[in-house]
Amino acid sequence: MAYSEQEILAGLAEIVSEETGLPTDSVSPEKSFTDDLDIDSLSMMTIVTLAEEKFSVRIPDDEVKNLATVGDAVSFINGAQS
Amino acid sequence: MSLRQASGPQYSRILAIAGVRGDNVVTNDDVAGPIDSSDEWIRQRTGIVTRRRAGSDVDVVDLSERAARKALEAAGLEGSDIDVVLLSTVTYFHQTPAAAAIVADRIGATPAAAYDISAACAGYSYGIGQADAMVRAGLARNVLVIGAEKMSDFIDPTDRSISFLLGDGAGAAIVGASDSPGIGPTIWGSDGGRASLITQTASLPEAVSSGVMPTLRQEGASVFKWAVWQMAPIAQQAIEAAGLTPDDIDVFVPHQANMRIIDQLIKQLKLPERVVVGRDIAETGNTSAASIPLATERLLREGLAKSGDVALQIGFGAGLVYAAQVVVLP
Repeated sequence: MAYSEQEILAGLAEIVSEETGLPTDSVSPEKSFTDDLDIDSLSMMTIVTLAEEKFSVRIPDDEVKNLATVGDAVSFINGAQS
Repeated sequence: MSLRQASGPQYSRILAIAGVRGDNVVTNDDVAGPIDSSDEWIRQRTGIVTRRRAGSDVDVVDLSERAARKALEAAGLEGSDIDVVLLSTVTYFHQTPAAAAIVADRIGATPAAAYDISAACAGYSYGIGQADAMVRAGLARNVLVIGAEKMSDFIDPTDRSISFLLGDGAGAAIVGASDSPGIGPTIWGSDGGRASLITQTASLPEAVSSGVMPTLRQEGASVFKWAVWQMAPIAQQAIEAAGLTPDDIDVFVPHQANMRIIDQLIKQLKLPERVVVGRDIAETGNTSAASIPLATERLLREGLAKSGDVALQIGFGAGLVYAAQVVVLP
């Protein structure tokens, strides 16, 4: 069963919150991972891997640099669902 | 015809572990300038506070000899007791002859069999796996396993991917016969399809034609992901192959690549909080093949680990290559 964009955003917010300590409601689609949420490349890889496991999708390493905002990640995960 | 095959003792163990570090303490402030960084950034990203680097008059053979002599002394053995010298390095300047043969001669181990292992940061664990098999097969009484690197000969001060992590040193272990099990099965492998993740910038002919020494580069974030999420199951397999559970592990010594990798590995492996973890990287930096024995000798020397403790060790790096095993500490 595919996750809705809303469910992906909520799940991603939990993962980001767990990794960074930020409240989940601060993880909104327009936020930049680096500039707004202060997430470095290693934390980003942790978030990506946990998202892959949670949503049963594959996010190639080369794709990660294109995921600038939370919304980008939600869209990619949504599109990657089989 | 009745061909006889060699056979050896039922068990092997590590008899002694010793190490040496480069003499010079290099701080984060010393390396931060050319990469437009800071002490705080390096600490937060890597957990490294200082790295140890050797002077220009010291090479991989010198570091190896010093570590080997200390290991022999700790084991109460002479060079003549060593039948095989395995030296893991990726920073020796000669493709041939092997550094191992020169080290063997310097410590009085001639005519011990001697060869170098090129398995980067997994090289020490590759060596322990081979030494264990050699002793139990009757191919050698005692095997000297050395991980030695002078990484500082291959750094680019302006490189933000790996150079600022690197340190110099050598660790040595002696593997011999044992009355009880001392080295669990080695879980090892490679993934050459991902060779480009950690590489040398130029081949020898390319370096000769450009006149520039090759240095090292890595895709840090991709390596981080591999080192944690692909290596945790390998470490788990090493525990299971040894017939143990995480509750049996006293000490965890992963390759000292980055403190963030170490912390995330602990999390993924769900190791009990009481497990003592090698964190030598904070002071020594990433010394590739030398990092596991150096981290282990520090824990033993500082009394955080003791003889008889059960240690899980895992090496992983350029290749990509990896090897893990559970060992009883000497």
